[in-house]
Amino acid sequence: MSAAADLPLWVALLIAFFLLLGAGLTLIGSIGLVRLGSFYDRIHAPTLGSSWGTAGIVLASMIFFTATEGRPVVHEILIGIFVTATMPVTLMLLGRATLYRDRAEGVENVPEMLASSESISKQTE
Amino acid sequence: MSATIIFWAVTIAQTALAIAMMCALYRMIRGPRAQDRVLGLDTLYMNAMLLLVTIGIRSSNIAYFETALVIGMLGFVATMALAKFLMRGEVIE
Repeated sequence: MSAAADLPLWVALLIAFFLLLGAGLTLIGSIGLVRLGSFYDRIHAPTLGSSWGTAGIVLASMIFFTATEGRPVVHEILIGIFVTATMPVTLMLLGRATLYRDRAEGVENVPEMLASSESISKQTE
Repeated sequence: MSATIIFWAVTIAQTALAIAMMCALYRMIRGPRAQDRVLGLDTLYMNAMLLLVTIGIRSSNIAYFETALVIGMLGFVATMALAKFLMRGEVIE
């Protein structure tokens, strides 16, 4: 932490703000994962951590290393881009797999099948 | 002053992320069905990645970034494969 001592105060406050924002949103998302009732509710909760949770912590890291190294350090943005690109894909796949499993097992309270997707699935069957 | 602010912000952020990992672990162990466990694992991966970035800020070491990136990629592949397995019962057909 020796490099952090000679940072200007406003840079330190900015880093602290983004860190606490990111970590707080991630914590709220994970608490939602525990507290929400059904799987289709729960699948929305972790996206809080993968959108602004990641963005806040990555921004804090970028500001910190840019300020301490004295040159622009932006490679952390790779994490942000990667997470933003992959998280919707994985959650979409997981949701579709769950829907498929629930319909195959005849579970109650499953979201309705849309008319358009019904005709598509009839064509493929 | 700046060092104190950053030290406490990083400490609070790491505590919050550790609690978030506990919540994800609870859902992974408890989760009534397989898809809940996969979702818990995915959240656990994400929180561990963010925790590694904050450890990098605390130790002002830039090498932790690469570890975080690798964890993010592994988490993506793992969740993708598990979702495919839940859907079809096989990963590679």
